Amino acid sequence: MSLVYSEEQQLLADTAAEFLMAKSPVAAQRKLRDAGVAEGFDAALWREMVDMGWSAIPFPEAVGGLAFGCKGLGAVFEQIGRNLSASPLLSSVVLGGGVIELAGSAAQQAEWMAALIAGEKRIALALDEQPRHDPAAVALTATRDGEDYVLNGAKAFVADGIGADAFVVAARTGGLAGERAGISLFLVPAGAPGLQVSAMKTLDARNHANLVLQDVRLAAATLLGVEGEGFQALDAALDRGRVCLAAELLGATQSLFDATVEYLKTRVQFDVPIGSFQALQHRAAWCFAQLQLARSTVMAGLAALDDPALDAAARARMASLAKWKAGEVAHRISREAVQMHGGMGVTDELDVGLYLKRIRVAQASLGDGDFHVQRFGELSPQ
Amino acid sequence: MSTLEDFRRETRAWLEANCPPSMRTAMPDGELVWGGRTVEFKHEDQRLWFERMRDKGWFCPDWPAEYGGGGLTQEQNAVLEAEMRRLHCRPPQINLGIWMLGPVVLEFGTEEQKRALLPPMARGEVRWCQGFSEPNAGSDLASLKTSAVEAGDHFVVNGTKIWTSYGDKSDWMYMLVRTDPVAPKQQGISLLVVDMSSPGIQAQPIDLISGKSSFCQVFFDNVQVPRHQLIGPLNGGWTLAKALLQHERRAMSKFGEFALPTHFDLLSIAGKYLPAPSASSPADIALRQRVFAMAMDEMAYSLTAQRMGEEARARRNVSGLMSIMKLVHSEQEKDKFEVLADVLGHRALGWEGEAFEAQELALTKAWLGSFAQTIAGGSSEVQLNVIAKRVLVLPEGGASKQGK
Ligand SMILES: Cc1cc2nc3c(=O)[nH]c(=O)nc-3n(C[C@H](O)[C@H](O)[C@H](O)COP(=O)(O)OP(=O)(O)OC[C@H]3O[C@@H](n4cnc5c(N)ncnc54)[C@H](O)[C@@H]3O)c2cc1C
Repeated sequence: MSLVYSEEQQLLADTAAEFLMAKSPVAAQRKLRDAGVAEGFDAALWREMVDMGWSAIPFPEAVGGLAFGCKGLGAVFEQIGRNLSASPLLSSVVLGGGVIELAGSAAQQAEWMAALIAGEKRIALALDEQPRHDPAAVALTATRDGEDYVLNGAKAFVADGIGADAFVVAARTGGLAGERAGISLFLVPAGAPGLQVSAMKTLDARNHANLVLQDVRLAAATLLGVEGEGFQALDAALDRGRVCLAAELLGATQSLFDATVEYLKTRVQFDVPIGSFQALQHRAAWCFAQLQLARSTVMAGLAALDDPALDAAARARMASLAKWKAGEVAHRISREAVQMHGGMGVTDELDVGLYLKRIRVAQASLGDGDFHVQRFGELSPQ
Repeated sequence: MSTLEDFRRETRAWLEANCPPSMRTAMPDGELVWGGRTVEFKHEDQRLWFERMRDKGWFCPDWPAEYGGGGLTQEQNAVLEAEMRRLHCRPPQINLGIWMLGPVVLEFGTEEQKRALLPPMARGEVRWCQGFSEPNAGSDLASLKTSAVEAGDHFVVNGTKIWTSYGDKSDWMYMLVRTDPVAPKQQGISLLVVDMSSPGIQAQPIDLISGKSSFCQVFFDNVQVPRHQLIGPLNGGWTLAKALLQHERRAMSKFGEFALPTHFDLLSIAGKYLPAPSASSPADIALRQRVFAMAMDEMAYSLTAQRMGEEARARRNVSGLMSIMKLVHSEQEKDKFEVLADVLGHRALGWEGEAFEAQELALTKAWLGSFAQTIAGGSSEVQLNVIAKRVLVLPEGGASKQGK
C-alpha cells in the first residue's frame, strides 16, 4: 500500500491542475454563485471533464471504465478542492455510479453505466433524512404491493439533486431505523409520479435538494441488489465518496493555507510583516504539521480503496480515518485562515470565505468528525 | 560487480540466517542493548545478534570499511534498512556516538582522530553521552559557559553540564565548551571529546517527576583534556554542533521507524477499563470517543512516518515532513497518556506498592515521563520556530529567536 502518487497518477494530477486553473478557477465559482445557477456547476465544464476521461477513472473496463483506480481519482479531487471546482463527479460518478457498479444487475449496469460515464445522464444519491449523516438511520419506507414497491418518506441534503435524471433512494423494507438489515436501494426516475424535488440552497452555493416521496410506485426491476441487503454496497460506495471528498477537503485546505501563509508575509502592521509575530508563526506551523498528517491519511484512504487484499472492515476503517482527519484539519485551518486575515477575512471580497463555506459543507457531508470517530471505533478490533 | 538486487537477495538471506527469531519480535522496555566498555545482555540471542552485526560492520553500515564500517553505498544501506524492517529486526544496539558524533568526526575530524575514535565506536565498545545543555543554556544553547582554557598540550575544563542522558553510565562525552569568552557567542565555542574517567569529573543523577532517571548533572573541576581531542577548528565548534543536532533529529526519526511498540495500546486498555458499550454512561461513551480519536491520530502519525520513508526513497524533498515528526510525536504521546490516565481513573494515581498492577504503575510513570519529551532534543516551541522559519519561510521577528 503506497502513500505516494505513482508517476502516472502524478501526471494526471498535473493535467487536472492545469486544466482547472485555466477553466475553473475560484473566480468561476464566484460567478456561478452570483448568477444563481440552479445546478451549481457549469455544464460545459462538466462535459470537458468527461471528455478528459475523469468519469471513467474508477470503474472496471467491463462496464466501460478505465480501471485507473481510486488513487488516480483522488489526485483529481485534490485539484478540484484547490480550485473549489463544482461538478457532479462525486455525486453522479463516485456515489451514483458506485452503487450501480456494486449492487446493480447486468441489465441495470447496461442501462446506466455507459450513460453516467459519458455524462449523458446524472444520478444523485438520496440517503440522509436526519440533520446528521447516518446511513443506518434510514426510515423512508418501501412497501411491497403486488409486483411493485410503494415508497413514502422524505430525503434531505441530496447532493446535485436538482436536474438529476434519477435517484438512488435508500429505503427501509424491513427492520427498524438504526438497523443495517432491512435497507433496500431503488433507482427512482426523476419524473416518477409522487416524487417532489425542491432546492435546498446551501452556503457553498452548490446544488442540494430535498425530496418528498408520496406513494411513489416502482416496478420491482428498479430494486438494486437484494431486498433488505442494500447496506453493504451502499456503505462501500459511500466509502469511495468519503475518501474522494477527503481528498477534495485536503486540496481546499492546502490552497487556503498557502494563501494564508502568503498573507502573513505581506500584510504589514507595527512596521513589520505580521508573519514575524511568534504567536502567529506557531499557529501557522501547527497548521502545517496537521496538514501533513491529513495528507498521509488521505493517501492511505485512497490506497485502501484500491487494495484488493484488505477486508471490508479494514478498508472502511481507513476511509473513516481519512474523512475524519481531513475534515478536522480543514475545519481548524479554515478558522485560522479567517482569523489571520483580520477584518479582510470576514469580507466576501476575499476567497477565504468561499473556502470556509465549502469546507463546512464538505466536512458535514458523508459523515462528520463525530460520526467517523465512532465508526472507526466500532470497526476496530477491541 | 553485484547488482543491487543481488545485494538484496544476499542481505535477506544473511538476515534470515543470522537474526535470531527472538530478535525479530517487538522490543519490551529495558531490552535495549547499549554498546560500551561493558555491554549487558539480557539473554544469549541478544549477544549473538550484537556480535554478528558487529562483525559485519553493520552497526555503521555506510561508514568506510577502513574505519570499521560496512562500506555500503547509500543505496545498499537503504536496502539493508528496508530488509531489516521487513523482518522486524531489532536494532542490535543503541549508541549515540554512532548516530551523532560519528558522522561529524567523519566529516570534520583529522585522520588520526578518525582512526582513534571510529573503529571502537563501530564495534560498539564505547558508550557516548552528549554534553551540550547547561543550567543556563538550554534552548539558547550558544550561551553556554563551561570553559576550556588552553594550557600547553591540553585544555583545562571547568563548569557544569546538565540533562546529560546516561552521564553516569557513559565512557566518553562529546561536549561543547567555551574557548573564547569575548568573541560573539557562537564564535567562541569548540567541540571536545572527553574520557569520563578523567580526574575531576563527577556525574550526579537527577530525580525527575517520574522518579529516578538516567539524566545527570555533570561537574567539571579542572579536568585536563589532551589537545588532540579537539574536533574541528578551535572556536569553530558551533558549525559542528549544528551538524550534530541535524544527525540527532535524523536518527530520532529513523529510530521512530523501528516503531518500538509501546505497551500502552489505547484500544486494548480502554477495552479493559471502560464498561462495555451496553453498560456505558454518556460520560463513558464520550471518553471512549476520545480514545478512538487519539488512536486515529496515532495512526495518522505512523502513516506519516511511512509516507516520509516512501517519499525519501522516491527522492522527493522531505525536509518539511522531517521537521514535524518530533513535534507531532512528542505532543501526541503527551495527549495519549492524558487520555489513558483518564481511562484508568484512580488506577493511574499509584506511585508504588502492591495496591496497583505493575502495568498501572508503569503507565503513571510513562505519563510523567511524557512531559520530558516535548522539552528534550529541542522543545516544541523551538520546533515550531524552526518550521515557521525554515519551512514556511516566515519573516524573522525582532522578538523571536529560533533557539537550538
Ligand atoms: C529528558 C531530557 C533529556 C535530555 N538529554 C540531554 C542530553 O543528553 N544532552 C544534552 O546536552 N541535553 C539534554 N537535554 C536538554 C535539552 O536539550 C534542553 O532541556 C532543551 O534544549 C530545553 O532547554 P531548557 O530545559 O533550558 O529550557 P528553556 O530553554 O529554559 O525553555 C523554557 C521554556 O521556554 C521556551 N522557549 C525557549 N526559547 C524559546 C523561543 N525562542 N521561542 C519560544 N519559546 C521558547 C521553551 O520552549 C520552554 O517551554 C535533555 C532534556 C531532557 C528534559
